[in-house]
Amino acid sequence: MHRIFLCLVCWMFSLAARADLNVFACEPEWAALVNEIGGGHVDVYSATTALQDPHYIQARPSLIAKIRSAGLVVCSGAQLEIGWLPALLSKGNNGAVQPGTPGFLEVSKLVRRLEIPASVDRAQGDMHPEGNPHVQTNPHNIGLIAPVLAARMAQLDPANAAAYKDALTDFTRRWDEAVAGWDARGTPLKGKRIIPHHKSWAYLEDWLGLQELGNLEPLPGVPPTAAHLSDLLARFGEGGADFIVRTSFQDEKASLWLSERSGIPALVLPLSPGGTEHATDLFRMFDDILDRLLGAKS
Amino acid sequence: MCIRDLLIIWSCIFFLVPMAGADAAPASEIETLRAEIAAVRQEYESRIRELENRVTAAEQKSRSGPAATAPPQAAVESASASASANVFNPAMAAIFQGQVWGYGHDPEDYRIPGFPLAGEAGPVDRGLALGETELDINANVDDKFTAWLTAPIVVEDGEAGIEVEEAWVETTALPAGFAARFGRFFSGIGYQNNRHAHAWDFLDQPLAYQAFLAVQYLDDGVQLRWLAPTDLFLEFGGEVLRGGRYPAGGSEDHGFGTRAFYVHSGGDLGDSSSWLAGLSWLHAEAGDRESGDEDAPLQFNGDTDLAIAQLVWKWSPHGNWRDENLIVQGEYLWRNEDGSYTLPGGATSAYDTEQTGWYVQAVYQPFPRWRVGARFDALSATDPGPAFAGTELATAGSDPKRYTLMLDWSNSEFSRLRVQYTYDDAGLTGDSQWGLQYIHSIGAHGAHAF
Repeated sequence: MHRIFLCLVCWMFSLAARADLNVFACEPEWAALVNEIGGGHVDVYSATTALQDPHYIQARPSLIAKIRSAGLVVCSGAQLEIGWLPALLSKGNNGAVQPGTPGFLEVSKLVRRLEIPASVDRAQGDMHPEGNPHVQTNPHNIGLIAPVLAARMAQLDPANAAAYKDALTDFTRRWDEAVAGWDARGTPLKGKRIIPHHKSWAYLEDWLGLQELGNLEPLPGVPPTAAHLSDLLARFGEGGADFIVRTSFQDEKASLWLSERSGIPALVLPLSPGGTEHATDLFRMFDDILDRLLGAKS
Repeated sequence: MCIRDLLIIWSCIFFLVPMAGADAAPASEIETLRAEIAAVRQEYESRIRELENRVTAAEQKSRSGPAATAPPQAAVESASASASANVFNPAMAAIFQGQVWGYGHDPEDYRIPGFPLAGEAGPVDRGLALGETELDINANVDDKFTAWLTAPIVVEDGEAGIEVEEAWVETTALPAGFAARFGRFFSGIGYQNNRHAHAWDFLDQPLAYQAFLAVQYLDDGVQLRWLAPTDLFLEFGGEVLRGGRYPAGGSEDHGFGTRAFYVHSGGDLGDSSSWLAGLSWLHAEAGDRESGDEDAPLQFNGDTDLAIAQLVWKWSPHGNWRDENLIVQGEYLWRNEDGSYTLPGGATSAYDTEQTGWYVQAVYQPFPRWRVGARFDALSATDPGPAFAGTELATAGSDPKRYTLMLDWSNSEFSRLRVQYTYDDAGLTGDSQWGLQYIHSIGAHGAHAF
């Protein structure tokens, strides 16, 4: 009996991941960034896929188990994950990744956050009192986050600190080069008028100088209604906007309805790596965003 | 960034301090001060702009450099901290519940033969009624503890009072996957036991929870949990509780009357499905535990053992819960009560009976906001013997059961309106019951457990 019990315990421990640093990323973009810096030294798990809306997933048992074994939790923050991450952290019994410890990194705190509301009231929809959490849509933000993430990884896994530093140097060189290219490619998009499904693209708009005319959602987090779409059609119907934009997980019906009646092209842009067929990593995600915006340019 | 923030804070103080005394100053002096303030503001604004430009330039420069720069974290985070004393206020929420409920037969006479009900168990009030109005308060105590309070505001016989439903402290920094909770809490046994009423998918608990746990087993004690370091979710929990409430009673064993153990396991099946299973066991000692008719209660003395098997399966397309989802859950409860009952007349008879109860339910959300659900719940028991013939403990010829349908609409995560229909074949006579319910919450956004 004792032997069976011992075997069971050994088996359970052998199931635990054995990388130098286990990272739990709330979104695929941070998993991708951790992989760029950590390479083979880290085992990274993304709690959401690019086909999921990170506002609304369940605090699943599998995610609690992943939190239990994590050495670092990397999330967008600014209340994006408020519906599920607190439940994971309280059930995960892992003191090393609680907010306030080195094992917890909220990356939206590292950049200049946009759309911080002056007042918050739930009658205005799903409000983010700390500002818009979708910071990954400006590549300059990724460049700001990478060194902090690398420093945190080095702090938690000092044995591989040199490797993380080298990988960061290499990543920063490639990223800055790519950003310079995207900056140049994006110039003709300045002043273009967009109608996104949700306020997912504030940082992209800020970066490229796009002008947001409104959202398909009548209020943040409230699904599009016929009345609101008719209102958008009346206001922007005859070439009053350049793009209607949605992510791969947002329902296509509203944007296609408006596009068909207004003639404004409806685009799917990747909000995370994996969000479109071509957006396989962070670099290709921005390549694809620009390809799609420039390709649809009216 | 840091310099800019300091400047903003400093200039705010600079403006506010003289303004606080402005009431007493003559009008012309106010004008002069205003002009001065405007001048200072203009000067600082231009300086802040200049500094911002320099910061931006420095950021651009540092990004192109190969070495990692100092994180701007400290500067940004300090901007969100405010000097006021209430920044440590805990997260608070208030939950509003109420219903209107209709019966074919008077719910005052409701009882389930063989299963004398205790505490809150049984049908809700007839007609319009306020349900439980609940205050939830929680926050981290320090770096090692977090605390939770659920305080319902109840009105009984015209008197409003505040109760302590749950009040517990939990560790956040124990090593090796352990966590301990102490205080008053809903026991971790089963799936439905520790879910608050506002998170139920139906207006009431299944019959088995009503009959065996007086709706939910809540008691004072300690809980220790351990989470295995595996990819498969595997949680073990143990509890020692006071034993002051049904199914325990009388705080036997010097106030250590109840023990509970459970194991929960769960995982994903692809990216659309996930499951949670569990086995629980509860041993409680009861001393003069009352149940049945409130005016002439039965009293039980003895041991009660309860085992629960649970299985929950949740599905949503690619895990996008809000678009569409399905929850199927079921639990099987087995109970043995071994001791003696004192009947209202004063006679005491030995009682040793096995009882079972189970339910299965499904709730489907075909598109955002709307959900529809169905539940079947039932009880079964061996008859306790001729000594109890004609009492509330004698079983009926057929097993008690109910059939329930539910439809609810949620405008947001914070509001829900529900209509429910139950055909009750558990009471003395078959009865159609229908009702409307509302559940609204304001304040802090609580994360939802699976």
